[in-house]
Amino acid sequence: MATLTAAPVRPPLVAWVRRHLLSGPLNTLLTLVFGAVFVAAGMAVVRFLANSDFTILRVNLALFMVGGFRRDELWRIAVAAWLLSLMGGLVGGLVAAAAAARARQTGVVVTGATGRGRWSVLRRFWPFGLFLVICLSLTETIQPTLVTVLGIGLAVGGYWLARRWPASWRRFLYLALPILGLAAYGVMASSGLGWSRWGGFHLNLFLTGAGLLLAFPFGILLALGRRSSLPVVKGIAVGYIEVIRGVPLITLLLMGVFALGFFLPSNLRPSDVTRVLVAITLFEAAYIAEVVRGGLQAVPSGQTEAAQALGLSPWKITRLIVLPQALRATIPAMVGQFISLFKDTTLVAAVGLGDVLAASSFANSQPAFNAQGLARITLPFVALAFWAGSYTMSREAKRLERRLGVGER
Amino acid sequence: MENQPRTRPSFWRDVRVIRLVLQVVAVAALATALYILWFNLTNNLRRQGIRTDFSFLDQPFGVRIAGSDFRPGSSVRDAFWNGIRNTAALAVVGLPILTVLGVVVGIGRLSRNWLVARAASLYVEGLRNLPPLLLIVFAFQAVILRLPPARSPITPFGWLVVSNLEIHVPGLTLQPGGGQFLATVAAAVLAAAVVWWWRTRRQDRTGQPHHRWLWGLGIVAGTALVAYLLGEDPVTVSRPQLEGRVISGGFSGLGAYFAVLGALVLYTSSHVAEIVRGSIQAVPRGQTEAAEALALSGFQRLRFVVLPQAARIALPPIINQYLNYVKNTSLAIAVGFAEVTLIAFQAIGNGQPAPQVILLLMAAYLTFSLVISALVNVYNRRLRLVTR
Repeated sequence: MATLTAAPVRPPLVAWVRRHLLSGPLNTLLTLVFGAVFVAAGMAVVRFLANSDFTILRVNLALFMVGGFRRDELWRIAVAAWLLSLMGGLVGGLVAAAAAARARQTGVVVTGATGRGRWSVLRRFWPFGLFLVICLSLTETIQPTLVTVLGIGLAVGGYWLARRWPASWRRFLYLALPILGLAAYGVMASSGLGWSRWGGFHLNLFLTGAGLLLAFPFGILLALGRRSSLPVVKGIAVGYIEVIRGVPLITLLLMGVFALGFFLPSNLRPSDVTRVLVAITLFEAAYIAEVVRGGLQAVPSGQTEAAQALGLSPWKITRLIVLPQALRATIPAMVGQFISLFKDTTLVAAVGLGDVLAASSFANSQPAFNAQGLARITLPFVALAFWAGSYTMSREAKRLERRLGVGER
Repeated sequence: MENQPRTRPSFWRDVRVIRLVLQVVAVAALATALYILWFNLTNNLRRQGIRTDFSFLDQPFGVRIAGSDFRPGSSVRDAFWNGIRNTAALAVVGLPILTVLGVVVGIGRLSRNWLVARAASLYVEGLRNLPPLLLIVFAFQAVILRLPPARSPITPFGWLVVSNLEIHVPGLTLQPGGGQFLATVAAAVLAAAVVWWWRTRRQDRTGQPHHRWLWGLGIVAGTALVAYLLGEDPVTVSRPQLEGRVISGGFSGLGAYFAVLGALVLYTSSHVAEIVRGSIQAVPRGQTEAAEALALSGFQRLRFVVLPQAARIALPPIINQYLNYVKNTSLAIAVGFAEVTLIAFQAIGNGQPAPQVILLLMAAYLTFSLVISALVNVYNRRLRLVTR
């Protein structure tokens, strides 16, 4: 009689190591090689952190963050940051409330791979947190820390408020979002402090947000034009989109800085930031149009046909039936576009604006830090700022995709 | 009912009229906007005494171009061609390297070995979330510029000569008789193509295995070997040699060239890796299972079932990344490598009319992008015909 012998039970860790690291000669070799690489890289990082002098960052932190913004007016940036934190918290809460409502309706609870629970926020936003902590450790006064703590508090408060806000009054919250954004802009730009002297990381963030907001309506129009049944309208939209997508952003920036003046009445002399913002808007509109077109294609044609059968006018079909569904489907791709614009705003340094990348070159050429090869310290700091933002946002976009149930109905 | 006169809708509700009116309005709006821009442009240019034609192309460029024998007295037109050549030099060398790197890393992310998968995802998530311009500036300022100065270069491995101005790498040199050798190899490639076509047709007709790769590579390699042995060393490897301060042999590139090349290859390959991973995962599981049911080996499963389907998904987005790579070479402007955007920038700085120069620059990139996307469209259409 055959006897069945149970496979020897190994502790899970050993089993895991055998399966994932040592499952064959080639695998073992790979493990050894990459283990060595990881150890060497880790030691290099530790040595870099231990042996480097970060004075250049400490001295120039304000330059990196806000460029040439008047130092006696910095409170405006703090207030704007609070308003935007509150806005961010409200948006997060609204999304969470929408996901909860959806879960109640459908009975499907969507849990992200990032997990739930009280501390999942830390897991999701740790790159942000890391960057904030590094920045605050470089400051010399207590004010930035207080501003940050209050900002986080406002974000948490906004989230809490939006989660518990009665659903029937939700439209007032939606109304509050643009008001908060406009107020933040107003605080920063009022009393004659227009954006022409903005710089540093602040300029990158401003160009990202403003560029996307300004390009958005233009992009929707282009996308609708591209799907239009009117050949002339379609031709204009396709031509614009293909031309803009065929050239690098930097050529448009050069156009904005060197040639925009030629196309304007001679009494109009916009500042460099305005010129760059025009170029970014024109550029981004074409890409947003493609994103929105993707969303429009995802709306089944039955929706339009049903609306036609109900006797809605074309304008009403677009506004009430097609666009709401299309725009919901584009949210993740839109975040991707946001990330790519965020990274592209560094290009303004190449046409002479004082963004965060230019600030690092400027710091490296100061008499105290000149010709010491300090780019190896300033540039990783700038890189961390962009990496924290892009990486966090791209993960959040994936999460949002799951929670909003895009792609499934 | 039948006797009722057919009523036409009033003309302002007639779809045909509405469509016509809308299009006329669109054209009128566009024409007005263009007219205003054109009016301002000609007005401003005339007031500032700038010419509106392209005769500036024949004027002297006025600046030397580093790393070439371009003289400041040569025309702007020549400078533009020089810039386009330098852009092409970035593309021709970079695209193959980044493709290989991207495919390797993309497959590495799917590795069962945990460390390999971690390393690949660190590579991807680390690089693709950084601005490419930042990578280029870092590669130039923190790597290239920290190399020893040009008067005392170093020679790592004996095969490279490296300074912060130039980097010399080994290359191939044609000896006398090398031309014949190359011609022979080219003829062999042609012959291999014909044989490839013949083997394919033969398989289509008779169903016998085609062994296209075996035949093709065999013909090329065999001919090359014979030609190499018959000619007396027609092609030799040339190593850069450092004698005193003179460097001879091999290929040389400016430090800025290698900074742009390295940074953009790393950046774009991380995007290609994501595409490769996504496409392999997009092949339905059932395909692999069906291949297993047919008793195909692991290699056969990949070669005949998974990879062909993954390649079809991956190709359009990868071509898109190639286009992005070429467009991103314009960022070399930040480290002073003289590709076509920097040439345009310098031309504007030397007083050439900005609108025309930028128009030329955009036209150069646009021509390239539109040709490539037209080819991609043709490819997509062919695939659709094949699949349905």
